Amino acid sequence: MIRPAIPYVTAALLFGLGVYGVLRRRNAVLVLMSVELMLNAVNLILVTADTTVRAALPATGQVFTLFVIVIAAAEVGVGLAIVLHLYRLRASIAVDEVPLAHDSRGAAPPGTPPDRASADVPGQAAPDPTSGAIGQQVGSR
Amino acid sequence: MTGGDLLLVALGAIAVGAGLLVVTTRHLVRAGLYLVVCLAAVAGLYLVLTAELLAWVQVLIYVGAVVVLLLFAMMLTRAPIGARADLDRPGWPAALVGGGAGLGLALLLVDAVRWSTVELPAAGDAERIGEAVFGSWVLPFEVLSVLLLAALIGAIVLSRPDIGASRDRED
Amino acid sequence: MSAGALGLLLPAVPFACALVGLALPLRARAVAATLGIGGAAAALVTAVALLITVDAPVETSARWVDVGPLVTFGVRLDPTATLVGVAVATIALAVHVYSVAYLADDDRYPPYAAQVNLFTAAMLLVVVAGDLIMLLVGWEVMGVCSYLLIGHDRSLPHAPAAAAKAFLVTRVGDIGFLLGVALLGIRSGSFRIADVLAADLDLGTLTLAGLLLLAGVAGKSAQFPLHTWLPDAMAGPTPISALIHAATMVAAGVYVVARLYPVIAAAPATLAVLGVLGAVTLLLGAFAAIAQDDIKRVLAWSTVSQLGYMAGALAVGSTVAALFHLLTHAAFKALLFLAAGCVIHAVGTNLISAMGGLRRAVPVAFWGTVIGLAALAGVPPLSGFWSKEGVLAAAERATEGTGPTPAWVAWLVWLSGLLGVALTAAYATRLLVRTFLGESRISGQSVRETPAAMRWPVLLLAVPSAALGFAALGDGFGARLAALAGDRQAGGDLVDSDVIHGDLVHFGPTTLLPLALLAFGAGWVVWLWRRDPAADPARALGPLTPAAVHALWIDDLQRALVVRPVRALARGVRRLDETVVDGAVEATGRGSVALGNLLAAAHRARLPRAVTAVLTGAVLVGMAIALGGLR
Repeated sequence: MIRPAIPYVTAALLFGLGVYGVLRRRNAVLVLMSVELMLNAVNLILVTADTTVRAALPATGQVFTLFVIVIAAAEVGVGLAIVLHLYRLRASIAVDEVPLAHDSRGAAPPGTPPDRASADVPGQAAPDPTSGAIGQQVGSR
Repeated sequence: MTGGDLLLVALGAIAVGAGLLVVTTRHLVRAGLYLVVCLAAVAGLYLVLTAELLAWVQVLIYVGAVVVLLLFAMMLTRAPIGARADLDRPGWPAALVGGGAGLGLALLLVDAVRWSTVELPAAGDAERIGEAVFGSWVLPFEVLSVLLLAALIGAIVLSRPDIGASRDRED
Repeated sequence: MSAGALGLLLPAVPFACALVGLALPLRARAVAATLGIGGAAAALVTAVALLITVDAPVETSARWVDVGPLVTFGVRLDPTATLVGVAVATIALAVHVYSVAYLADDDRYPPYAAQVNLFTAAMLLVVVAGDLIMLLVGWEVMGVCSYLLIGHDRSLPHAPAAAAKAFLVTRVGDIGFLLGVALLGIRSGSFRIADVLAADLDLGTLTLAGLLLLAGVAGKSAQFPLHTWLPDAMAGPTPISALIHAATMVAAGVYVVARLYPVIAAAPATLAVLGVLGAVTLLLGAFAAIAQDDIKRVLAWSTVSQLGYMAGALAVGSTVAALFHLLTHAAFKALLFLAAGCVIHAVGTNLISAMGGLRRAVPVAFWGTVIGLAALAGVPPLSGFWSKEGVLAAAERATEGTGPTPAWVAWLVWLSGLLGVALTAAYATRLLVRTFLGESRISGQSVRETPAAMRWPVLLLAVPSAALGFAALGDGFGARLAALAGDRQAGGDLVDSDVIHGDLVHFGPTTLLPLALLAFGAGWVVWLWRRDPAADPARALGPLTPAAVHALWIDDLQRALVVRPVRALARGVRRLDETVVDGAVEATGRGSVALGNLLAAAHRARLPRAVTAVLTGAVLVGMAIALGGLR
């Protein structure tokens, strides 16, 4: 006898925290961690729903959760491979320094070897000078 | 409030607290460790909800493999040890969207179930899940194997410097 | 060939020659000269034929287009028109012959000759037109030709400006003229001149139409205040000054007033305005002519003054006197200009302060000038004496107040005419002594010989300048001139032959008054000259000299009050067009490009911003669906 509202609320909060982390963190690995939080929240909702909802097929929620776990594992593997490749190219895995559209403002020089002691900061320069607006300096970094 | 409810509340608090620390801490490696705590708490929640197979799968794969992968990645990318102040982007858009998402979802779900109670099924569901996966859901299962294979190959291609370099030279 | 066909041929032949001439290349001087002289000669022959054959008014007209009021196409020939036509054709022929020598070293002679032919055709069209629209066409083409010919010599720095000024100032008058023609045509239901004159129009319409027509006359015939273009138009070649600005175009206004006299004479207001304009112009022109240094400008101001006489004659009710003075003025003014051209050709400068003692060097020009100036001043028995007497006699008769003119207008015209006689004699004498007599002030090069082609037209024109007056003694001449007056049916009384005769030939006590004034004016200048042969007699004006030289600064006043604000307005409009209109168009382009760049930049958002956008969108969409579903 449980009240499903409790795990639901937990899952919702975890999801919110995951979104917050994705948008807030600069390190790519931390972003992936936040994505894991989101996925876990979804899994929790699925599992709880499995108890509250009478599906046509039994244990659907848990089966889906299993599938999500598998997919999440695959995603982490490939994602981290990309992150490491990026690190090899840029010596930095700050997500707001990934260059787009051939502009090199704010990006680290390419191909620097990743063995500098102090250079492997998630972010080359000072913190984001534009405190704030979404959509400000679009494409100008 | 039954015992199950109390357990749910406790584990939920741990999970949310650890999750909060993951997204706010200034120590990079500690974020990974807090993630372990969070994922373990979620596994506990699964146990309370009588999804034992899932709980152990969670521990095996998430805590055992995924977090380890993340920690490896942190090491390979020379994650700084100790507190860093420049880990974060501006907070208010994140808070806005994250808070909106979380609260919105919470309202939605709570509105669906309110304060009702539900009976939990009996324990021992591995057999049930096995029957379901290999019975009704075998096709997605096979597709997932292919997906894993693709992810494996993709990760190898991306990680090996010689393969990546040759591909760059071809471009 | 019928008179009507001849009448149509009169403007058509020079027009055809002009069209061919405009298509000639610049090298074809001989062909252009042949076309020019040939066209003018053909026109002269036709005009003489018409003069012989037309005794009574002949009219041919065909319906052309009906725009409400009817527009016709046709000629209206009467003895007056033929006389004026002969005068125009003669002077055109003389000018053509003269120009061959005068423009011997000009490399753009063919278009010049063609334009002179075009001008001749237009003037002849005005003379014979039977329809107001045809007259208007001729009127406007004359204006265009005047513009083209004044600006002929592009190496002169002030010629293009003078051409534009002439065109624009006469344009201002032409607006009124056009409105007057339109008003008459609409109210009469037809543009045919006979219909207009026969139509029963109310006094208000007649007054308004008359005043509007006077605007055009003031522009073309250089009456105050639209006289400012004529002195500057002297920037054109001298033969052009002779043809257009002495004999023909400026007289066209007077001719049109005579043509449409019933309309003009119907309203005392119109006649009063005409009289005042004429009197002011007369005195202003004479005053300005006294102090000019450029020989052509003296003659230009003299033209202005004599046009004032013609306008004054029209104002006091005598078209006969006005037309007679028009004819004699055409003869002696053309003579004076052509002689001046000989002098300029010989000496190389226009300024009389750099001339002197040319009596022996250019004898043809000297004697031509003597005859011309004597005719201008009104020395008997030359032609100018008779015509000026006619004008003054008509004015004196009108002071009794029995005619259509108010008495005060007649007094004004008469008294200013008398004063003008003295001033005219003064400036004529000054011109003669400064240019030809006394010590030579010529600097530098020797005096050039006058070519034959320039001598003969001068000699030719000296004959009518001297003798035309005697034609007035016969009845036929007067009757010819009065043919127009015989059309007076509406309003004024039909003038009888005694009065016509009396307008032309008048001997009485008041004849002596102008002669005395003439003697006084000429004598005073001679006395000043004798006292100091080297000085300019105009110095005797003393403090008034600058006012005379600048013609009371009316030109400068016009420039300040009209030209500069219009120019400023034009600059403002241009700036408005460039910044606002062009700016709007360019801004549309630039704005589109900027918007495109904005959207492109949005596509290139950095990773965190893109993620923010996606998640925000997801949350919003989810909320929308959820809230929609919950309802």
